[in-house]
Amino acid sequence: MKKTIHFKLNGEKTSMDVAPNDVLLEALRANLGAKSPKCGCDRGDCGTCTVMINGRAVRSCLILAVEVEGCEILTLEGVSKGRIAALQRSFVKHNSFQCGFCAPGMIMSLTELLNHKPTPTEEEVKEAISGNLCRCTGYTQIVEGVMDPAVSKKR
Amino acid sequence: MNELKVVGHSSERVDSLEKITGAANYVDDLNFGPELLYAYLVESPCAHAEIRKINTAKAERVPGVVKVLTGKDFPLSFGLYMQDRYVLAQDRVRFVGEQVAAVVARDPKIAKRAAALVEVTYKELPPVLNQMDALKKDAPLLHPGLKAYKHVPWFFPKGDTNIAHWRKTRKGDTEKGFKQADFVFEDVYTVPRYAHCAIEVHGAVGLYDASGRLTVWTASQSPYTQRNVFAEALSPLGISHKDVRVITPYVGGGFGGKAGVSMEILGAAFATKFKGKPVKVMWNRAQEFYNTYQRQGVEAHLKVGMKRDGRITAVEHLLYWDAGAYVEYGANVVNAVGLSATGPYKVDNIKIDSLCIYTNLPPGGPYRGFGYSEFCFGMESHLTRIAKKLRMDPIEIRLKNAIKGGDTLAYGAHMNPNGLSKAIEEVSKEIGWGKKEQSSDPDKVIGKSFACFWKAPAMPPNASSSAFIKFNEDASLNIMVSGMEIGQGLLTSMAQIASEILTVPVSKIRVETPDTDRNPYEWQTVGSHVTWGCGNAVKKAAIDCREQILDLVHRTLHLERESLYLEDEAVKSRTKPGWELPLKNFVIPGIQAEDFTFKGGPIMGRGVFMPEFTSAISDPETSQGGHPNVHYTTGASGLTLEIDRRTGRMKVLKVVLAADVGKAINPDLIRGQVVGGMLQGLATVLYEDMRFDAKGRMLNPNFTDYKIPTVMDAPVETKTIIIEVPQPDGPYGARGVGEHTMIPAAPLIANAIEDALGVRITSMPITAEKVVAALKKEGKL
Repeated sequence: MKKTIHFKLNGEKTSMDVAPNDVLLEALRANLGAKSPKCGCDRGDCGTCTVMINGRAVRSCLILAVEVEGCEILTLEGVSKGRIAALQRSFVKHNSFQCGFCAPGMIMSLTELLNHKPTPTEEEVKEAISGNLCRCTGYTQIVEGVMDPAVSKKR
Repeated sequence: MNELKVVGHSSERVDSLEKITGAANYVDDLNFGPELLYAYLVESPCAHAEIRKINTAKAERVPGVVKVLTGKDFPLSFGLYMQDRYVLAQDRVRFVGEQVAAVVARDPKIAKRAAALVEVTYKELPPVLNQMDALKKDAPLLHPGLKAYKHVPWFFPKGDTNIAHWRKTRKGDTEKGFKQADFVFEDVYTVPRYAHCAIEVHGAVGLYDASGRLTVWTASQSPYTQRNVFAEALSPLGISHKDVRVITPYVGGGFGGKAGVSMEILGAAFATKFKGKPVKVMWNRAQEFYNTYQRQGVEAHLKVGMKRDGRITAVEHLLYWDAGAYVEYGANVVNAVGLSATGPYKVDNIKIDSLCIYTNLPPGGPYRGFGYSEFCFGMESHLTRIAKKLRMDPIEIRLKNAIKGGDTLAYGAHMNPNGLSKAIEEVSKEIGWGKKEQSSDPDKVIGKSFACFWKAPAMPPNASSSAFIKFNEDASLNIMVSGMEIGQGLLTSMAQIASEILTVPVSKIRVETPDTDRNPYEWQTVGSHVTWGCGNAVKKAAIDCREQILDLVHRTLHLERESLYLEDEAVKSRTKPGWELPLKNFVIPGIQAEDFTFKGGPIMGRGVFMPEFTSAISDPETSQGGHPNVHYTTGASGLTLEIDRRTGRMKVLKVVLAADVGKAINPDLIRGQVVGGMLQGLATVLYEDMRFDAKGRMLNPNFTDYKIPTVMDAPVETKTIIIEVPQPDGPYGARGVGEHTMIPAAPLIANAIEDALGVRITSMPITAEKVVAALKKEGKL
């Protein structure tokens, strides 16, 4: 039994037909072509499926699609729609990604942080991405990318 | 050489915009239309069993199921170095999780549901769950057909045993060497299995079209090797190389796990049963753990003799590898170690035995480091322990024995020029060797440690690279290679090399991921060899373009050939200051001559690189006579470790790694390899560990129970030191460094623990629990 749900994806009104057990991650990817959230573990361990729902970064593999009725969802596609954000530019400058698979989730988790805390401490940055696994970088360059004065104005 | 303008500088990555905007596509992101079929596997619950019967009737009746495939549909074996593996199990299963059948359906959920309805009857056989048991006289034989398996000429399987390959290396006389020694020290080191844990899982989509053309999209480090293995395995179906096309979009991490062919054979083979409809096989995270290559476990028996002055007189290294159910790739890890298990030291008397042993655990295979991390744990632990017994400085011992350019290697060939001694000295300075550090917390102690490393690419002697470069109308470039971008930044370093020669800025160069129909041959992106091999091919292709350009200008404009050179995207002449001809004016349209005709045409370059000096053929009893390795990258590392003596909890305060990369094409990318690789290495020693139960089932196939590092686990500081002693045959002197950065991690931790607490741990991983247990055993807690 499918149900039609209505919500906003990256600023645009949209709808999709979903079964009660459809997971948000797969629904966004398969029905709406939003491919930046990725599936790395399908059980909330890796964070590469992170999207924002009503301003909060969440793991879309742990959310049922039916739950987002009336919500505003932001994925990396939405973040990249206008200008490339300072955080993204800084990621390039600091070599903050390698294979790039974790980057969408990382950027979403950090976007949430920077929205609430424009000048985070290093500890707060680490806390924000402690649920986003990256096997390539060793994380140092990711933290450096966020602590760059062009992103976090303090110091 | 003129001053380099692009090579040696940290150019921005050419794949950066795609990756930070979410535009980068990985295999699961590609769209295949409404005809796409999904396969879900039926897996063996037994570690070792005969397959008696497979009943697919119930599954086939499920609406939406198109077909159920079993081993009968694919009587095909395959393998990279030895054909011992099957698309779907034939009469026997050899590990828990092995693919036995597959349900193909129009919807992935239906396929999964129906797979549970396939009934397989097994007759269980006694499993062999560790390599030492597999060597016992009465051990069950895993591969009774071993003798008949096709394999490369440098493997030596022992028929009617579980030994799939035995690499023996003999140099000098170890008995004599041990007699000359003032001190002989023996111990056993054990290393368990590990998982790569790329965040992207494996996946493959195959499409066999109505014309008989097979296209396979894979998450892979090895498009051409895959094409070759697919074509060979599927040749009974009338498929040839020209019919197979492999397309590899961006890969979400490889680390060796996506080298060769593992699950991708399923996408290729299944597709042949559904003409015109693409078939998708995606691994889930659990399968990613138990049915891809795993890093092999090893039990290493090491004996080293040393003079009182610190000179090594002899090394005997006997390594028993737990290679798993199929060794078509893993046996070459065993082989590589069998040639190099001395570490980067000049040793006159060497005896190495490296045994590849079948067990009923998942197939072993390539993993960043290719066996060198595993033997380095023992070797570098051992040297520090001997230093302590001889009351010598562990760094002095390493400097005394450090291998130099021209020294004779274990197998008789000569060592390449290298900066190992310089690396040792630089690390020693950076880590503050000799300065004791104390924690402000009375419960914590601080230890310091040191370890060297080396590694050669392990590849067939004819593993070659090639490149095409073509100019566009605005003098921008497309570079086509089949070296794979797996995060290391290959596409960027290739652009830098071409940019250096053709003076076209990196921002005007596009390098894309491979498609075997378009991009020329590359063996595989493994062994830290593509900067070197593919880089050489790109450099040659760029020089080919340059020569065509200068020839054309000389021939049409009658300028002295020797006076011409490229600068700032234009041709200039040393004898005609102020004159220049922008590349964009002619690289496609050609140059108009005095008679108004056009000369030239599109500029396209080609480059091929083959290491023509290598050979894998040598005496099987001694390994003397061949030249199996192209070169070694060497280096040194040091670490400062804080340990809570009550809990054993460890924190890496600082780690330093110096690698002789020959020439850093892009220093930032090298730092990326050091910081990331070192954390991956530290995780293998501090907490990662694959656990299996008594029936061979993996107990922790997920990220909750198999912990990989989060940002909280990174060392406080990781320092990269780049040493540049040029590789004579490398592009601008470069050699590889991708794998090396994790190799010394385990002995660094073991040596630091002993420095701080006086206890020695010889089995990995070295968890807090093990530290506490060791302290208790010694009566220190």
